[in-house]
Amino acid sequence: MRSNLGLFSDEKFRSIFFQTLVVGLFALGLFFVISTTSYNLEKRNIATGWSFLQNPAGFDISFSPFLEFKSTDTHLKVYFVGVLNTLLVSVTGCIAATILGFILGIIRLSSNWLLSRLVYIYVEFSRNVPLLLQIILWYSILIQLPRVKQSLQILDVFYISNRGLYSPRPIFESGFSYVSIAIVLALISSFLINRWAKKRQDKTGQQFPVFSSSIGLIFIFPLILFFILGSPLSFEHPELKGFNFKGGLVIRPEFIAMFLALSIYTAAFISEIVRAGIMSVSKGQREASAAIGLKQTWIMRLIIIPQALRVIVPPLTSQYLNLTKNSSLGIAVGYADLVHGFGGISLNQTGQAIECMAIVMATYLSISLTISFFMNIYNRSIQFKEK
Amino acid sequence: MKKLLSIFAVVAFAFSANAGTLDDVKNRGFLKCGVTTGLAGFAAPDDNGEWAGLDADMCRAVAVAVFGDRSKVEFITTTGKSRFPTLASGEVDMLARNTTWTISRDVNLGFEFVGVNFYDGQGFMVPSALGVSSATELDGATVCIQTGTTTELNLADFFRLNGISYEALPIETNDEGKENLFAGRCDVYTTDASGLSSTRAAASNPDKWVVLPEIISKEPLGPLVRHGDHQWGDVVRWSLNAMIIAEELGITSENVDAQTSSNVPEVLRLLGVEGNYGEMLELSNDWAYQIIKQIGNYSESYEANVGPDTPLEIARGLNALWTQGGILYAPPFR
Repeated sequence: MRSNLGLFSDEKFRSIFFQTLVVGLFALGLFFVISTTSYNLEKRNIATGWSFLQNPAGFDISFSPFLEFKSTDTHLKVYFVGVLNTLLVSVTGCIAATILGFILGIIRLSSNWLLSRLVYIYVEFSRNVPLLLQIILWYSILIQLPRVKQSLQILDVFYISNRGLYSPRPIFESGFSYVSIAIVLALISSFLINRWAKKRQDKTGQQFPVFSSSIGLIFIFPLILFFILGSPLSFEHPELKGFNFKGGLVIRPEFIAMFLALSIYTAAFISEIVRAGIMSVSKGQREASAAIGLKQTWIMRLIIIPQALRVIVPPLTSQYLNLTKNSSLGIAVGYADLVHGFGGISLNQTGQAIECMAIVMATYLSISLTISFFMNIYNRSIQFKEK
Repeated sequence: MKKLLSIFAVVAFAFSANAGTLDDVKNRGFLKCGVTTGLAGFAAPDDNGEWAGLDADMCRAVAVAVFGDRSKVEFITTTGKSRFPTLASGEVDMLARNTTWTISRDVNLGFEFVGVNFYDGQGFMVPSALGVSSATELDGATVCIQTGTTTELNLADFFRLNGISYEALPIETNDEGKENLFAGRCDVYTTDASGLSSTRAAASNPDKWVVLPEIISKEPLGPLVRHGDHQWGDVVRWSLNAMIIAEELGITSENVDAQTSSNVPEVLRLLGVEGNYGEMLELSNDWAYQIIKQIGNYSESYEANVGPDTPLEIARGLNALWTQGGILYAPPFR
């Protein structure tokens, strides 16, 4: 008894003992869940395994902008279509939410009473109404648009109906690859110019018009080439044939509803993060930079934002993760994302619930970890570097 | 540690206890029956909030067989997608949910279809203004389709076979299908022909919609239970068969009392006057009598819920008795 107590009073032993206990219990629990599951699956004659991935899906997915999908393709391809659609709405949503969030966050701090109040109302509204309702709201509005035969026409090239937004599809002809190469070259050289100009300014204090020269390089240089090559670009216009428009590019209302709801909802959170970030920079910084005669826009760009970013980026990362995970709500409006296609239809047609869910969860986990990884790298790069 | 192990043992038992559904139901005091989220004629709440329809009657018949009381049933709504996990996990005792009997569901999903309570086939419905008279004219149309169904697979096959293209608009419930079709988001709605009739009946102006003549698949719809519990499967199977046999024998809810003094041996066996068929099923001996008394025979249920006099206006067709030109047939009651 005494010796036992003695052992337990040893801090090192105690900590190892309890940690082993916790790990052991966890492993036992895990073992228990897995064995019960496989026991019951076997008992109910539910087939398990991964071979279903190679079986033909048998159903069609219409929304697949990156991969051609036919009903004879496999469930594995359903998975890839789903991942791409999830990424599409997540990436576009994150970009839009960031831009909107930054603008709104700054407006919220503006001294204009009306503007700042309007943003306040927007933020409170979209933060406090469930996202699912917002998605359904947007979708309900979109399917009340005119029917396809009565589409609204804009400039004779865009058509809006409850089947989506139809626009001309650009067709790149043979010479266009030179223009693309020109754009890439222009981007690289403006990046190099920017570096060179910074170095020169550090050394000599002389400034170089980086912005206007980059614009010139990126836009005007390829444009001239484009015309020299005889405009190797044409458009395929959508045409109403039979039931639907044929040809052209189309953005479906399911995607638009998801995109709008996700970006508007998340932008509200981001705008608050941006506001908090800007307010965290002490007032003295602004006053000091005004005192040395910097312009208002420069104060924001050179003094306030870089310091605010240190506060903004960590919670911003978690908003990106939220948006990506929230995109799984696409199922509510039939947006063919990962959960809806692979985690829903494939799961249901094959009955392989555990396998499908495991794959879907692992996929979301990897997407989230990838976002965190890159955001952490970015976060480190903007931290205050002590010398 | 001993205590912990015994807790695990109890939980393990609870997880694996899926045999003996009949005893579970009896102990619980009511039946849990999985139905659709609302499909008029099959299972939908009526004006009084009571579940009514052919499938709802199927649930009630089983409740009557077990408890002798048609109200001893809890209806649990399931979508096309949630129905199978709900049944497999034991959250419901049976499904009566317009579910098509297929080999993969019967074998691979670990279920057991106990019979067919409605022979159906997949059809198409379009606005009459489109002027379409055949499904083969639907090239390029947008089609509303419930996900996770056999109809989804038939649809892909049909269009592939006919070499025409379509765009699928995936939906989850019949209501979503209605909403999208009526708003013109899709041109065509496809599901079982009975479901189309039900949807059409619910439209503000049914004449604006036509069901196309093509029936592109066999859809035998029937109740199902978990595989491996044969005793329970028998109870559900024979509750359905009793209703069909009652129609064959001309026993209705009105004349069932008079029929107990019939001189036809099969009638007496069915109503529990002769033999001990109820005991074999571990039910009371008048179980079938009670089903007929409280629910009616198959024909009564059909006519009240989906027949020509209801808004659905579905003729008996394949669902007539085998003696009357249909294929409805139950094994003999002996």
